Amino acid sequence: MAVHGAFAALAGKVEYLPETLAWNIQPGALHVARDGVARKLPFDAIILATGATDRLLPVPGWTRPGVYSLGGAQVSLKAQACAIGAKVAFLGTGPLLYLVASQYLKAGAEVAAVLDTSPNAARFKALPLMASRPELLVKGAALLWKLRRAGVPILRGVTPIAIEGDAEQGVTGLRVKDAQGRERQFGADAVAMGWHLRPETQLADLAGCAFEHDALSGLWMAKMEPDGRTGVKGVYLAGDSARILGADGAEIAGRLAASSVLMDLGIAVPVAEVTELHARRAVMDRFRRGLLKAFPWPGHLAAAVPDDTLLCRCEAITAGELRRSASALGAPEVNRAKALTRVGMGRCQGRYCGPAGQEVLAAARGVPLPEVGRLRGQAPVKPLSIATIAEDA
Amino acid sequence: MGVNGARLKRVAETGRAPVSLVIDGTPATALEGDTLLTAVLTNGRQLRVSEFGDGVRSGFCLMGACQDCWVYTEEGGRLRACSTPVAEGMRIVTRGATWPRLG
Repeated sequence: MAVHGAFAALAGKVEYLPETLAWNIQPGALHVARDGVARKLPFDAIILATGATDRLLPVPGWTRPGVYSLGGAQVSLKAQACAIGAKVAFLGTGPLLYLVASQYLKAGAEVAAVLDTSPNAARFKALPLMASRPELLVKGAALLWKLRRAGVPILRGVTPIAIEGDAEQGVTGLRVKDAQGRERQFGADAVAMGWHLRPETQLADLAGCAFEHDALSGLWMAKMEPDGRTGVKGVYLAGDSARILGADGAEIAGRLAASSVLMDLGIAVPVAEVTELHARRAVMDRFRRGLLKAFPWPGHLAAAVPDDTLLCRCEAITAGELRRSASALGAPEVNRAKALTRVGMGRCQGRYCGPAGQEVLAAARGVPLPEVGRLRGQAPVKPLSIATIAEDA
Repeated sequence: MGVNGARLKRVAETGRAPVSLVIDGTPATALEGDTLLTAVLTNGRQLRVSEFGDGVRSGFCLMGACQDCWVYTEEGGRLRACSTPVAEGMRIVTRGATWPRLG
């Protein structure tokens, strides 16, 4: 709300373009489109705060109607006052899994189960880092208590087997292997699934930012300094698209990036405030690393997705087809594999198949994850109607 | 709330003003403030059929990223259901594509 108030105070001083797609970036200019009309917006400096989407692991049956991303399940509840089903199972890992499950419970939906792929032991190892924000640890424990008190089954260290149902009627339940290796079945008419978030980096990529592989998350991130500066003059990053620090962290990262822009434009900023922001950001980054240890991305599960499972939702391409591109066709990295199989070439542009596709390809080739690279960003970063016209045409 | 057997279940805010639309030739009622996705899935169970023969889809990310919720209008126009507000008189087709109109 404070953000909304601050933004309202700027009315008339800034040009605000809602409902606008930023679809490409070139040196000194951002390309946008709204209502079928494209415009070029020149800039001296740009702060990219493009956010994040759920990071997904393909599970047999995950394209069935009734399966939604975890973030999507939250959007439906909070923005539309709708539950994604009458009885919802939550599958994945990370704090959002427990948060959204408890929000569903509070809203009166039935929660079939919370099924976390992270083993219990991981949490203890992560405690020293997570102690950096004790208030969040307490909040997490309270969520867990509420779910348990409501009788919701909470399983940790699960291996997903399949989301049951059929391609017409949708989800009827799901099966997992529990930490002891026993098969468990839960009836549900909807599944919310997500494994943390993945940053939206396409525009940073098109802007020419360098990328580095982060071993802890297994994600490729745009290279940047904590102050938001990238190696590219005039291009700054903030928010979840830079580093996933949550809402509080995004606000701090935004202030830091804005301070950097002002400094680079020769405008003075209060040094003490910037120093304090850096200190607060460092605490949040420590907690971020704790979360990734407590709720690790299960790369081994992604690598082991069955051959006949759809990896690419957009064009219904199986994990087996991607593996064949590695073995029979010799694709050394993901962009070559994309050209051969179309995994990553569909309408989502690799947002939902990308992270798992990298694991599948690396495992099939027997090389470490960073060696298969990352999908390069392509313009337009989201679908643009073929009828879009240039403003001055 | 919502139509019995529909995919999405309304859990609050059911007092919003009604909006009329037509889904697969059948009149339906949604609420003001609904996305087209919410409007269709509180009345039924599917948004679209995959072009690749693997069955029905009903959206996935609900935040404009996965592109798995594009629906057709009766005129062949395409709308991303999760990011399009429902409007009075919309006529939507969820069962198979009509020939797409460019634009």
